[in-house]
Amino acid sequence: MRFRVSHTTHYGYGSPVSLCHSIAHLKPRQTPHQRCLRSQVRVSPWPSVSREHTDIFGNRVNYFSIQQSHAALEVSAVSEVEVTAPAAPDADASPPWEQVRLRLHEAREPDAVNARMFALPSPAIPAQQAALDYALVSFTPGRPVLAAARELMARIYTEFDYDPAATGVATPLAEVLDQRHGVCQDFAHVGIACLRALGLAARYVSGYLETLPPPGQPKLRGADASHAWYALYLPSQASSSPLPETQTAPTAGESGQGAEPPAGTWIDYDPTNDCLLGEQHITTAVGRDYGDVTPVRGVFYGGGEHRLSVAVDVDRLEPRV
Amino acid sequence: MSATSPLAQLDDARLDDAYVPAAGSFDEMRAADGGLRPHWQYLVDTLRQLGRGGIETRWREAHRLIRDNGVTYNLHGDPRGMSRPWELDPLPLLLRGEEWAELERGLIQRAELLNAVLLDLYGPRTLIAQGLLPPELVDGYPGYLLPCHGIGVAGDRPLVFYGADLTRDTDGGWRVIGDRTQTPSGAGYALENRVVLSRVMPSLFRDSHVHRLAGFFRGLRRAMNRLAPGDAPQARVALMTPGPANAAYFEHAYLANYLGYTLVQGADLSVRDGALWLRTLGRLERIDAVLRRVDDCFCDPLELREDSMLGVPGMVQAVRAGNLTVANALGSGVLEHPGLMAFLPELCRQLLGEDLLLPHLHTWWCGRAEDRAYVLANLGALVIKPAGGHTNGGPGPRVLFGRSLDAGARDRLAAQIQAEPHRFVAQEEVKPSTAPVYVDGRIEPRPFVLRSFSVAEDDGYAVMPGGLSRVALSTDTPMVSSQLGGLGKDTWVLATEPEREETLLGLHDTQSTAIVRESDVSSRVADNLFWIGRYAERAEGLVRLLRVTAINLTARSSFAAEDEGIGCLGTLLEALNEQCHGNVPLPTADEPAALAAPTPELLSLITDLERVGALPQTLQALGQAAWSVRERLSSDTWRVINDIERHLRRLTGQPPRTLNAALNVLDPLVTSLVAFSALTQENMTHNEGWHFLEAGRRLERGMNLAALLRSTLVNVIPGPEEGLVVEAVLGVTDSLITYRRRYQSGTRVGALLDLVVQDEANPRALAYQILSLSALVDDMPRDPMGPTRSAAQKGVLRLLTELRLAGLDQLAQPDADGLHRGALAQFLTDQENGMAEVSDALTAQYFRHEEHPHHMIEHRLSAVRR
Repeated sequence: MRFRVSHTTHYGYGSPVSLCHSIAHLKPRQTPHQRCLRSQVRVSPWPSVSREHTDIFGNRVNYFSIQQSHAALEVSAVSEVEVTAPAAPDADASPPWEQVRLRLHEAREPDAVNARMFALPSPAIPAQQAALDYALVSFTPGRPVLAAARELMARIYTEFDYDPAATGVATPLAEVLDQRHGVCQDFAHVGIACLRALGLAARYVSGYLETLPPPGQPKLRGADASHAWYALYLPSQASSSPLPETQTAPTAGESGQGAEPPAGTWIDYDPTNDCLLGEQHITTAVGRDYGDVTPVRGVFYGGGEHRLSVAVDVDRLEPRV
Repeated sequence: MSATSPLAQLDDARLDDAYVPAAGSFDEMRAADGGLRPHWQYLVDTLRQLGRGGIETRWREAHRLIRDNGVTYNLHGDPRGMSRPWELDPLPLLLRGEEWAELERGLIQRAELLNAVLLDLYGPRTLIAQGLLPPELVDGYPGYLLPCHGIGVAGDRPLVFYGADLTRDTDGGWRVIGDRTQTPSGAGYALENRVVLSRVMPSLFRDSHVHRLAGFFRGLRRAMNRLAPGDAPQARVALMTPGPANAAYFEHAYLANYLGYTLVQGADLSVRDGALWLRTLGRLERIDAVLRRVDDCFCDPLELREDSMLGVPGMVQAVRAGNLTVANALGSGVLEHPGLMAFLPELCRQLLGEDLLLPHLHTWWCGRAEDRAYVLANLGALVIKPAGGHTNGGPGPRVLFGRSLDAGARDRLAAQIQAEPHRFVAQEEVKPSTAPVYVDGRIEPRPFVLRSFSVAEDDGYAVMPGGLSRVALSTDTPMVSSQLGGLGKDTWVLATEPEREETLLGLHDTQSTAIVRESDVSSRVADNLFWIGRYAERAEGLVRLLRVTAINLTARSSFAAEDEGIGCLGTLLEALNEQCHGNVPLPTADEPAALAAPTPELLSLITDLERVGALPQTLQALGQAAWSVRERLSSDTWRVINDIERHLRRLTGQPPRTLNAALNVLDPLVTSLVAFSALTQENMTHNEGWHFLEAGRRLERGMNLAALLRSTLVNVIPGPEEGLVVEAVLGVTDSLITYRRRYQSGTRVGALLDLVVQDEANPRALAYQILSLSALVDDMPRDPMGPTRSAAQKGVLRLLTELRLAGLDQLAQPDADGLHRGALAQFLTDQENGMAEVSDALTAQYFRHEEHPHHMIEHRLSAVRR
């Protein structure tokens, strides 16, 4: 499936801003299931400095700075991506989760060694006893890891209320775990906290989800939204046979270590929708948690009160003839 | 502990008998067999010759120098944030040259090794990929700054400045107990220790052939120049400090001066066009390299700690773009992970192909199963260091001594280690070696830690010969704190041959009077200088008024309204009440008050630190403004500031109970304030910064004078009393002698106004202030695109014109009612308001600090559930 994703972030300031610096994680990364065909970030007013670099996770990061006085800022990213849904793994045939954990910590190949970073607590996801307790309900001894992970996602889906009013960007994970409500990025943090509490490696994924209007109704402009979910790392030799080939083929963007040593697999879970990665999930960036891949963040001088509005459109493109 | 009296100890020819090191630890001066180590012989002989009296004299001299130079260390946890004098032991630590050479080789190797680790961790991470360093150790440590990965560094030694804390084991072998790779502090104190000790023990120093320190700092300057981007021969380097509240602020200012770098704070800087700039008066000056004394995670609120108020948004990007070099490189704090030591021997073999020369403390990183098992089994015998952790914020470790934990605390610690093993490191507890220290008139062995400093030169690391030795303040302290503080010792590495004397700049530059280069006066510095000028003048005017009033009061025998001269005293008290929001009771006709009535309130205005507008607060504000531009003031000027602070402490510490006692302090205080003015006039380059200090002084003097004249002359005092008032005003304005010379006949208001208002040649006159101000404002930097005259220039011109056109005869004339001088009141009020407007105009034009940066609201990802 091919999509055209447009993500526009608009800031309106109460008084003029004299200088701003900003970094954006807006360009979709290359993954085994996704090719980013083109991507452009436009900033208005025209930035004095605009640079792109790749961060430690392999995401593309855009830095820009505006040095002229401005009362509004618009950052707009337009990308075209081609997505193929990974074949669903045979969860019941996957190895026991304890074995996966052992393998993760004993594997010597760089891909697995580098994945261990994602088994550690991170700034927004500190170690939580509550997360371990929650996880152990699904991760019973000897249970196949993907079966347990699938159930964990389903429980987050059913046991946590989706409530945009209940949490904010700064709501701590402990509160989300305790109150059992939040939005997609909260649910992603919950899932990651549970998997890490078990000693498994899990990472945060930010991206988009195509939404379809109810049958017979036109799609509204700007009504799509940025999205977030999480992925579990499966070290290569621990993965059981029926994994699709595409998943084991390492790509430069994924491991950053070249193609020679065996590479593991990241299995994506969307706890907000109780589903695995599908054709409608578009991946932008990955990190330890939200803080590593905030779509747009920045610092400005002056400005006073400011307002933020975001519009996202995910449109299907006709397949190339 | 020996019971020998200090006097006996030092007068005794057998000095070494009284010096008894604790058994089982290595002592620097005395060998295990009780003999004096030979390289101490000369020092011990010298001390014997000096005797106790001689040592005391030199010790006092050292303290005087330290106090005069304002060497301070602000200990954390001091609620008032007051800095205290740096403590220096008069006895140097002596190290043999040959022994030092061996230690130096070990330090150089260690610096190279740590540097190689740093390069790898922020680059290819092969040490992690190859399993030489566990990712849990590195990636789980808050000091490893992910945004700094791959930002690139200038040169091949991002670890530009390296500090190692050293002690000896019981056999005398040196051991590293801590690596300082973030922003090692102490080199400035080491330098100051040397300056002081070589002055109080000149012949001992000269004859001991001590290796000099200046070469090390030259190396640091070369390193910074070489690392700066671009090929400008003279790179613009700034030393970045967290600010005057920082514990080691003295050192930051001291080093900035010594190295010739601009001392900057984050708020002075701005990133534009992908490069770093210093905000100066109306301009931006490019900064090529930063020697930072701010921890790396605080350097950039855009990419590093968002809550930092000390950094510059965009700094990481300026480095990434290759437009700025920061030393040490951003992210170098990762090397301070105490658990890294457990891996260094193997890393040394892998990276450098050689064995680690210099041993360090036995270290166990609990992330390794076998280490963890050992640590849990031996918790009571080890020192536990948490290696940061996301849950408690920063990497600041709290060291726990296993033996001092009770069973419950030990169990809790064990549980924590089990839960997050990668966050815990254990080390053996060492018994630090001891060195002789002069304490309370005797020489005692005390544990010490030596901090060594290395700098990355072109062809490798160079080590400062010696370093900063710090001594525990009590004999039983298990380990000297890694913080500074305690007692400092100069460290002498004894050469076999004498070295040529040399300093950094060819001159004895640390002692030179003067101020820094022309072009880098930041807005913040100009602002502070302006207020130094204002506070100094305000304090001087206030002291003069207090003095004249107090003398007037003490000369009287009663305080009744019908007394002769009481009208004059009442007028002075009113002026005082107005100037410092006082509430001194005035003499009244119907209630003949006791003479003592005004005294308590008057004393309170002189001594109470809590009173807004009173003398102590004014002096304190002066001290604080001076402290925040410490590096701009010459050492002579700084000595005067220290004198002023000493007077302040005398006034507030043990407040005088009588006016006479207060006068005994006010007299030298006024002298110090005058000396301060004279020094800024004579010893400061008349550059941009000076213009602001001077403008502040002129404005304040003008405003004070106008206020004084208004409160003393507007109400007409009948009869001869007026003459007394005129005389008092002349006293406060220090113009009495001129007046008497010029106006032979009596004291008249008109003559007074002529002398202190319109006389453009009298440095105490209003006209003189405005005329000076006019020249100063004309010389201040201008926006070439701006209007012909700035707001401040227009204001001064208006003031000057009104002043010159004023008719003094009319102003001196009372109104028809004979009670007031309405025209004078109007004139003085206009002048005061006009000067306040000029002050505001200068503030708006030059001191407008850019607002605090704000963070953009972040969008919450909130895809709707399907």
